[in-house]
Amino acid sequence: MTVAWFGTFWDVYSNLVLSVGTNALLALSIWLTLACGMLSIANAAFMAIGAYASALLTLNFGWPFPVALAAGMAAPALMAFLIGRPTLRLSGVYLAMATLAFGEVVRIVLLNTDRVTGGALGLNGIPQLTRWWHVALALAVTLAVLWRMRRSRIGRAFEAIKEDETAAGLMGIDVAGYKMLAFVLGAAIAGLAGALNAHLTFFIGPGEYGFDRAVEILTMAILGGIGSLTGPVVGAVILTLLPELLRALQNFRLVFNGLILVLIVLFLPRGIWDTERLRRWAGIVRRQA
Amino acid sequence: MGRHRTAAGVSTPLLRLDGLSRHFGGLMVLQDVNLEIPRGGIFGLIGPNGAGKTTVFNLITGLLAPTSGRIEFEHHSLSGCSPHRITRLGIARTFQNIRLFREMSLLENVMVGLHAKLGYRTHDLILATGHFRRDERAARERARELLSWVRLDHKLSDRADNLSYGDQRKLELARALASNPKLLLLDEPVAGMNSGEKDALMSDVRRISERGYTIFMIEHDMRFVMGLCQDIAVLNFGRIIARGAPDAIRVNAEVIEAYLGREDDDAAPDGAPGAAA
Repeated sequence: MTVAWFGTFWDVYSNLVLSVGTNALLALSIWLTLACGMLSIANAAFMAIGAYASALLTLNFGWPFPVALAAGMAAPALMAFLIGRPTLRLSGVYLAMATLAFGEVVRIVLLNTDRVTGGALGLNGIPQLTRWWHVALALAVTLAVLWRMRRSRIGRAFEAIKEDETAAGLMGIDVAGYKMLAFVLGAAIAGLAGALNAHLTFFIGPGEYGFDRAVEILTMAILGGIGSLTGPVVGAVILTLLPELLRALQNFRLVFNGLILVLIVLFLPRGIWDTERLRRWAGIVRRQA
Repeated sequence: MGRHRTAAGVSTPLLRLDGLSRHFGGLMVLQDVNLEIPRGGIFGLIGPNGAGKTTVFNLITGLLAPTSGRIEFEHHSLSGCSPHRITRLGIARTFQNIRLFREMSLLENVMVGLHAKLGYRTHDLILATGHFRRDERAARERARELLSWVRLDHKLSDRADNLSYGDQRKLELARALASNPKLLLLDEPVAGMNSGEKDALMSDVRRISERGYTIFMIEHDMRFVMGLCQDIAVLNFGRIIARGAPDAIRVNAEVIEAYLGREDDDAAPDGAPGAAA
C-alpha cells in the first residue's frame, strides 16, 4: 500500500526531489565563496561548463558516467583557476561585475559554437544516467567535506578573510591562496551539480545557465543564510519547492514567489537558518515551558 | 616556548631599517630612516602625531612597500615579501585602531593567529585523522594559555565585539603572540585605556618581554613608554631625531622642541609667515 503510494509519488515528483538535491549543491558552491567574503556570481557558468563537458563525453564518446562526472568537475575547476588569477584581486561589486561578465561570455560561447554544443538548440538525448543515490551521495560527500573544513584551520582562515583581509594576512594566512581555493572548489561543486542535472533532464541549452540562474543560486544561499551549512540547503529546498506549492495561484505564482522572498529578506536579513536567532528562540521556548 | 637567545645573536640586530623612505605622492612621510633593533628587551618609537610612526610598522609588516631603502630581518630582506610571509618569518603586530575578527569568539581569534603553526594536510582534516585532532587540541590549549597571559581566559567563548575596549586590545595582543613571533610590534597599545587598565597592561607587557619576546612599540603615553622601554627612538617629520635611554630622551633639547615647539613659537602670531624662522 505505502509502497504503491510512494511509487506513484516518485513517478510524478522524482525530478523535483532530485532538483532539490542539485540545487542544494549549487547553493553550497556559492556558499564557499561567500564564506570567504567574495561575491562571485559565476556559478551558473561553472554549472554550464560541468553540464556540457560531461554531457558531450557521455553523448558523443560514450564515456562511463563516473569519469564524465569527474570531468564535469575538473573542467570548471580549471576554468576557475585560470580566470581566478586576474579577477580575485577585485572585491565587492567589482568582483561581482567581473564574474557576471564571465557568465555571459560562457553563455554566448555555448550559443555560438553550434557544431559542438548545438548552439541555441542545445544538446538533445543525453543519456539519463543520474540515479537518486548519485545525487544523495554527492550531496552527502559535499556536506561532509565542507563540514570538516569549517571546523579546521581552513574554515577559520575563510572567516578571518571575510571579516578583515588585512588582519588575516598578518596572521600568516595566504589570503590570495585561500580565496583561490574557495573559488576553485566552488566551481567544482557547481560543475558536479551541472553534470548530475544534465544526465537527469535529457536536454540542456545555453538559456538555462544565464543571469536568471546565477541570481537564483545566489538567492538560495542568501535566503537560507550563509552562517551555517544548513542555511544554503534550506534555501535550496524552499526556492525549488515554492513555485510548485504555489501552483494553485496559476499566473500569479511568480508574483507571490517574489513577494515571499522579499518578505523573508526584509525580516530575516541573516537568512532563514540564522543559528544565533534559532538559539535565542529555543531559549525563549524553554523558559516558557 | 622554544625561544633562543644565543650569545652571538645579541650582537647582531634582529631588525635593521636601512635608509628607509616612503613618499605618498609629494608627501615625504619617512625620509632616510636608519634603525637597528637588538634582540631582546622592549624598544620604543615615539614622536608627535603624523610623524610617520605607523608607516614604519606598515613597511615592516609588508602592508606598504618602501619608496627606497631596505628592511632586513634576521638577514632576510623583507622587500617584496607579502604580509603573510613576513608573519611566518616571525613578525607579528597589533593595530592602533583595533582589528579583531569581531564575529568570532576569543578562542577562535587566537586560533586564527595559530594558523601557520597547524601542520596537518587537507586529507588529515577531511578524514579527521589523529594528526588533525592532536594539532587542533594542542592549538586550543595554546590559545587558552595565551589568553591567560592577558587574563582573558575566563571569556573564551564570548564574541570579540562584546569585549570592552581595553580587553579588545589585550585580545589583539594574545592573537599576535599566537604566531610565536621573534619580534612583536605594538601600535599604541594603551590608546583609549584608563589609567588602571594602563597599569595592568604595563605589567602584562613586561611579563611577555620576560618570556623572551622582543617588543617594538609605538606609543604616545610617555609614562607607559618611559616605564617599559630600555631604548627609545624619536621620529619627527619622517626623520629619526634622537635615540637613547629614557632618561637621555627626556632631557634631549631636540625632542622637547619636537613635542612642545620652540620657545619663540609661542610669541609669534598664529600662521604668520616666517614665524618659526
